[in-house]
Amino acid sequence: MKTPEEIFEYLKNEFGEDALTFEKGDIGDPWILVKAATIKNVSKFLRDDPGMRFNMLMCLSGLHYPKEEEVGVVYNLHSTELHQTINLKVRVPVDGPAVPSVEAIWKTADWHEREAYDMVGVIFDGHPNHKRILLPDDWEGHPLRKDYVQQEFYRGVTTRS
Amino acid sequence: MIEVISKETGNKEMVINMGPQHPSTHGVLRLELVLDGEIITKVRPNIGYLHRCFEKYAEQMDDYAKVIPYTDRMDYVSAINQEHGYVIALERMLELEVPERVEYIRVIMAELQRIASHLLGIGAFGLDLGAFSPFLYLFTEREKILDIFERVTGARLLYNYFAVAGLMRDVHPKFKADTAEFVRTFRPKIKELNDLLSYNKIFIQRTANIGVLPEKVAFNYAASGPVLRGSGVKWDLRKNDPYSIYDRFEFDIPVGTGEVGTLGDCWDRYIVRVKEMEQSLRIIEQALDGMPDEGDVMEAIPKRIRPKEGEIYVRTETPRGELGYYIVSDKSASPFRVKARAPSFVHLSVLPAISKGSLIADMVAIVGSIDIVLGEVDR
Repeated sequence: MKTPEEIFEYLKNEFGEDALTFEKGDIGDPWILVKAATIKNVSKFLRDDPGMRFNMLMCLSGLHYPKEEEVGVVYNLHSTELHQTINLKVRVPVDGPAVPSVEAIWKTADWHEREAYDMVGVIFDGHPNHKRILLPDDWEGHPLRKDYVQQEFYRGVTTRS
Repeated sequence: MIEVISKETGNKEMVINMGPQHPSTHGVLRLELVLDGEIITKVRPNIGYLHRCFEKYAEQMDDYAKVIPYTDRMDYVSAINQEHGYVIALERMLELEVPERVEYIRVIMAELQRIASHLLGIGAFGLDLGAFSPFLYLFTEREKILDIFERVTGARLLYNYFAVAGLMRDVHPKFKADTAEFVRTFRPKIKELNDLLSYNKIFIQRTANIGVLPEKVAFNYAASGPVLRGSGVKWDLRKNDPYSIYDRFEFDIPVGTGEVGTLGDCWDRYIVRVKEMEQSLRIIEQALDGMPDEGDVMEAIPKRIRPKEGEIYVRTETPRGELGYYIVSDKSASPFRVKARAPSFVHLSVLPAISKGSLIADMVAIVGSIDIVLGEVDR
């Protein structure tokens, strides 16, 4: 079992200092900020390396940061073999929100990524079925963006109560 | 639909919709089945019919505590467990101590809810496969639990009972006696259920060797709860990542063994739920013994919830599996982001992987055996 700090050091040796940053809020869990271009390699390494063995992608969430004009994706990973946990985060500008898909590494990411696209508008490069999941395909906008304004009508029917 | 048919099908394949209004889909779920005769070659679950975007509401409530009733409405057959996860997440963010009496009452309620939820899941599963009478017997038992809940919380399904570091109100004086009485009368019913349904020859024929989920696939899809345990993995967050006071109780983790068929089939997932009810009874008994009689359940509830900046992922074991809350705080009155990782959502995404090559009739068994609640899938 490794602590998040140890996992960060371990990853730094493999991927270098430029790609990764260790961050922590005043409370709660720390996370590793990963450059979007390397997220797929980092994920694969985390899954396969004998010291990491993160076989479970527990959760994947999309976020919108209106102040920084960025969107983010958070990956909560757990290893049931080594019983360790780590959180990864990727942040990309809101006007080009492309993040490589990790669907090929953890299948569960398939639906989670579709949800993040649906709700926050993150584009996942390489996703095999990149479509909305909860909302209709022709819905406008991404509801969990902070500046989201709900459309007045959907196919001629009012959306207000 | 015509468009889909012309695009997808060659000579002999056909696309049909199962749902959204179909009794065996347990809510409004539409499955697009690509069929070769009666054999399923592809399944595409279509969800979102119950989508309310609870996460958006949570960001606009101006109060963390006001989100609790919304969590009830995700998995409406195990509302207590949904509240439990959310309040634990906030307690960890605020680093609050929870009074002993509150913890015990919470555990008793959560385990009663687990039994109630499993009774519904098992009953509906049997119903899907044509076993009507077990459903009625199980619902009689579930009704007794709902009566206990009604006396404690005032509601039968959506309770709004847990508060951050406390409870909305104390239990009534007869709560312990009521619960003990239920435990006493319910235990023999599990044996009855086994005679009536679990080892029924027709039931076994409908569920054994159907919808097999191998361990490796289960992990890849991050399955949890009875679905993962049905594949023979001893994994229960109450033991593996203990929260609340679960580390104080003695109980086993039942896993599937391939007793009547292949490891990880529908029957294994089913029997895990049956055995779990027994374990829940054990936990309730121990909790009733340990529960302090005195103590104010409301004194520790904070007047104002303003966590510092930070984010947290907290997971708890609900009847369906791992319920995770990812909460981000930006020091304001409402959460910056709340994401609920619902076990049913994840388990439904496994469906295409385990139902390929099975018959349409088996599809009903497979959907029933993963025990989804659409309110939680769509949130």
